[in-house]
Amino acid sequence: MVTPAATTPLEAELLELAGSVPDPELPVLTLRELGVVRAVRAVRAHGSDTVEVELTPTYTGCPAVEAMSADIERVLREHGVREVTVRRVLAPAWSTDDITDEGRRKLREFGIAPPRVRPASGAVAVDLGPTRTLGPRAHGADGPAPETAPEPVRCPHCGSAGTELLSRFSSTACKALRRCLDCREPFDHFKEL
Amino acid sequence: MTTTSAQETVPTAAALALGDDALVLSHRLGEWAGHAPVLEEELALANIALDLLGQARVLLSLAGDEDELAFLREERAFRNLQLVEQPNGDFAHTIARQLYFSAYQYLLYTELAAGDGPLAPLAGKAVKEVAYHRDHAEQWTLRLGDGTATGHTRMQRAVDALWRYTGEMFQPVEGIDVDRPALEAAWLERITRTLHRATLTVPDGPRTGAWTAGAGRQGLHTEPFGRMLAEMQHLHRSHPGATW
Repeated sequence: MVTPAATTPLEAELLELAGSVPDPELPVLTLRELGVVRAVRAVRAHGSDTVEVELTPTYTGCPAVEAMSADIERVLREHGVREVTVRRVLAPAWSTDDITDEGRRKLREFGIAPPRVRPASGAVAVDLGPTRTLGPRAHGADGPAPETAPEPVRCPHCGSAGTELLSRFSSTACKALRRCLDCREPFDHFKEL
Repeated sequence: MTTTSAQETVPTAAALALGDDALVLSHRLGEWAGHAPVLEEELALANIALDLLGQARVLLSLAGDEDELAFLREERAFRNLQLVEQPNGDFAHTIARQLYFSAYQYLLYTELAAGDGPLAPLAGKAVKEVAYHRDHAEQWTLRLGDGTATGHTRMQRAVDALWRYTGEMFQPVEGIDVDRPALEAAWLERITRTLHRATLTVPDGPRTGAWTAGAGRQGLHTEPFGRMLAEMQHLHRSHPGATW
């Protein structure tokens, strides 16, 4: 997880402001909870104050970045900052682990299964795997042992651990489409990145 | 295009080659919008196209002005692989193209991300997206190859038809410093494993030399590419500077 950098009290205040902007696609989350605001720097150049904001995209082609930049600029200008520059940074790459616990809770309440926390190795463990995740009770004799089975994606509606993948890509690139095997409701899963 | 000192550090040839691959494949996948077999696939292909378009924008911006490069270059100035410009064909052809390209892109970007070159930040970001593209292509290869007789026949036909375009992926590109024989061996191993699991036969035709493709990186393209470019570029060229 990347902790946003702010060194002065003013920068901390501006970081808080920039981070309070709601995500344009998932307005239940703020940009701070999504973990995309990396740093805010106040720089004095040519006698005028400029604020530089570092923003990282969730996906390289995420079309929401432009709306995020515009919203951050607007909020900071309303707060009296005259010059705002939003800079897009790619490294270190954003990860779903950058979503805060509060953000995960809000996603679940909104009906989106939050991403599972990835192992610390950093490798992307996407391989030809099962499309169903099941609760411990569902593992038969030939099923994977509970300690080696992947953590289930839980239904955000009824909490069941028995869900199945319908499509790897859903309404946006960051989500997969799943269905609950118990309450049968389809739901979006913010997939691990 | 500006000539600054930054150009000395940004490998233009590499950024163009990889940027054009992503741009052209993105456009091809976008052609499925409104035509995909099921709604989920419509969304999946459009999402993969969007990922690739995002990668193309970053890469082409390293080489110059992204819009000028995308919309105002002639066919001969594009440096993409001939594989990615091949028409969508039936759904099996699209999946075979995805299978071959995403396996290559995943391995290449993993290598680039591990280095400290100017392409490393983009590669480190993009490889995580490409992992999902590869997974998508492999799952479909299994379903089609190990599914019905029709699916099997058409998937085999598709992997055979595109096989001769795959040798080009391992040609040297200025500014991309990777162990190409190792990359090719890893690619072949991955493809072989997936095709076998899908009960398909690994094509035995040549991948390099006579009767194969392989001049896209030098600006020589196949006949369908010109028509694709005409469609992609005509709006921008007809209405220069238009905004909405």
